[in-house]
Amino acid sequence: MAAVDTAVEAPKTKNPHAHNRFATIRRPDPVARETKIEAKDVSVIYGTKEAVHGVSIDIPAQAVTAFIGPSGCGKSTFLRCFNRMNDTIPGCRVLGQLNMDGEDLNDHALDVVLLRARVGMVFQKPNPFPKSIYENIVYGPRIHGLASKKADLDEIVERSLARAGLWNEVKDRLHEPGTGLSGGQQQRLCIARAIAVSPEVILMDEPCSALDPIATGTVEELIHELKQNYTIIIVTHSMSQAQRVSDRTAYFHLGDLVEEGPTKTIFEDPQEPRTKDYISGVFG
Amino acid sequence: MATTTTATEAMSEKKSNRDLVQAKLAKRHRSETTFRAVGLGAILIGIALVFVLFGSILYKGVPAFWQATLHLEINFDPEVIDIDPRPVQQPGQSAAEHLDNVNAWIRGLRRARFDRLVQSAIAAEIPAAGDPSETRNVYGLVNANARYELAALVEADPSIIGTTVPVALVANENVDTWLKGNIDRDLPQRMQQLSPEQQEWADALYDRGVIEMNFASSIFTNVDSRSSGATAGLLGAMVGSVMMMLIVMTVAVPVGVMAAIYLEEFAPKNRLTDLIEVNINNLAAVPSIVFGLLGAAVFINFLGLPLSAPLVGGLVLSLMTLPTVIIASRAALRAVPPSIRQAALGIGASPTQAMFHHTLPLAVPGMLTGAIIGVAQALGETAPLLLIGMNAFVASVPSTPLDQASALPVQIYLWQGNENRNFFESRTAAAILVLLGVMITLNALAILMRHRFERRW
Repeated sequence: MAAVDTAVEAPKTKNPHAHNRFATIRRPDPVARETKIEAKDVSVIYGTKEAVHGVSIDIPAQAVTAFIGPSGCGKSTFLRCFNRMNDTIPGCRVLGQLNMDGEDLNDHALDVVLLRARVGMVFQKPNPFPKSIYENIVYGPRIHGLASKKADLDEIVERSLARAGLWNEVKDRLHEPGTGLSGGQQQRLCIARAIAVSPEVILMDEPCSALDPIATGTVEELIHELKQNYTIIIVTHSMSQAQRVSDRTAYFHLGDLVEEGPTKTIFEDPQEPRTKDYISGVFG
Repeated sequence: MATTTTATEAMSEKKSNRDLVQAKLAKRHRSETTFRAVGLGAILIGIALVFVLFGSILYKGVPAFWQATLHLEINFDPEVIDIDPRPVQQPGQSAAEHLDNVNAWIRGLRRARFDRLVQSAIAAEIPAAGDPSETRNVYGLVNANARYELAALVEADPSIIGTTVPVALVANENVDTWLKGNIDRDLPQRMQQLSPEQQEWADALYDRGVIEMNFASSIFTNVDSRSSGATAGLLGAMVGSVMMMLIVMTVAVPVGVMAAIYLEEFAPKNRLTDLIEVNINNLAAVPSIVFGLLGAAVFINFLGLPLSAPLVGGLVLSLMTLPTVIIASRAALRAVPPSIRQAALGIGASPTQAMFHHTLPLAVPGMLTGAIIGVAQALGETAPLLLIGMNAFVASVPSTPLDQASALPVQIYLWQGNENRNFFESRTAAAILVLLGVMITLNALAILMRHRFERRW
């Protein structure tokens, strides 16, 4: 309890929770990548329980970073720090720094509404609004005041749905409820909804866990195309998915970032025994 | 491993698993059948009770909507109604003076012997009733207000004096009771409400078709009456109840919904909000009469609002309804999947936008149900109204919420205690039917609104 109290008073840069229990193994990347977000000693505390222990990682721009690890390892919790969704959980505190283009996302003076317009999110279960497909897409642009004229909104709808690979399937029924689509289509609708506000980063929290293999394949192809324009962070339980879609992989274990590096290196030559065990399927 | 094998072997020597399960099967099926039978029995008993309840109310109440009415050819004999022409405003006469004259004229008109007109009209059918000594007896066949009804006809159109006009007069409540058989005709005369002559005339008039059972519109168009039970109606109580319901809807529903939204979506979870939550749940269980005491103490004694006023009644009922509305609205909000809220927040909606654009519209049908249940509860509530003086006898229709008024359930309570049991028993049942009718209408409205809101999605 005393430790928590000092944490409140101490400046964020000196995070007493950043007890790096294990030095993260960082594998060099053969490709030089521009860093989009730089996490420094990020800890997440639920009440008195610390779920993420002082994680530091660089998220490259225009690339896919995958967070993998066994259930309860804190990867989803860590992901939610990037758009401050942890703010909505009572008793949850985030310490440390998350610099996106030099701006600290964890600064409480930062407007989360603006942040979430810049950092979009796709959730585990497809969650379209119980409204028409059209309304689902235009909701974001409308509340952020990005467009108000019908023609502009129509254009955003077409562009977003086309980017999400859904336009041809739904263009004739834009005014039917989004909840009437199949699971895979719904998830692509959610992706279209996220890119409709032209975010810089898209967070995906196990986006395919509720989808069948065919729908998963479609969404993975989509992720592949989207990384040309967006920085993507994806949390996944499927190691094959991480290998297929990501450029870099970070392995989490019990709240620690154990090992991170280029996906190929991590999967072909893991150094940390726990990483090795997890990706070879000994536990997880 | 070895011990398990031996155990299984030992078991198979005695009895196989199949036999063990089989042995218990009959008992399991029996308990299943028993449970289903008990459940079915409970439902049947419930349905039977509902049938008995509604059956008895309908059996008693429906005939009360048809009431004995005399159709008489009344001759407005100028010798009986010996009155000057209606005064006309003279030049140089002030409006007040003129009004005084008119009022004096009306008072004089009302003193005229309208009972004689009724008597001669009835005597046309039954000559024996024409004897001058029988006037009181004959006039006892029509309701006590008949003279005022006839006076009103003359007042509205003095030219009917000297002509014969067909008039429908509601029969005296005791005649209605006699003709409907709601009193034992074999009772000794000293226990009867009608004199032997009245009994005979009533039967004779009914046989000749002079007395007919007509729709008792007075139930809906008249206020309560002590002097003329036959024309006592519910209008005052209905208007009082409607006013109170409007107050409940405008006070309890918005306050309750806003409180629920704040508590559920925005309030920090701490000891204070926990305390508030516990107390809201407790308030829902507080006996309604306690709210009446609170209303009497706060609204009447402290704020000095009038007794028997629909405003006070409405406020008391609002307080009583508030916990119901809050609890139902919170449950409706909680039933909205959190994924919708997250989706909205994730796209950058502010908490208020997420609330009003997504969560609230999905919760509205549930909130409406809660609000309607609360309002229906308030509509049927009697106890708190007794404590703020709404059980007073009020023979007027309230025109503002500050006027004295009655309420439907209170009117039922008052009629139930009326000393003319034979007549008011069925009137009470009729009033219950009206109350149920209002309630069913409210519920139907709620269902309609629910469907409207649900269809938008």
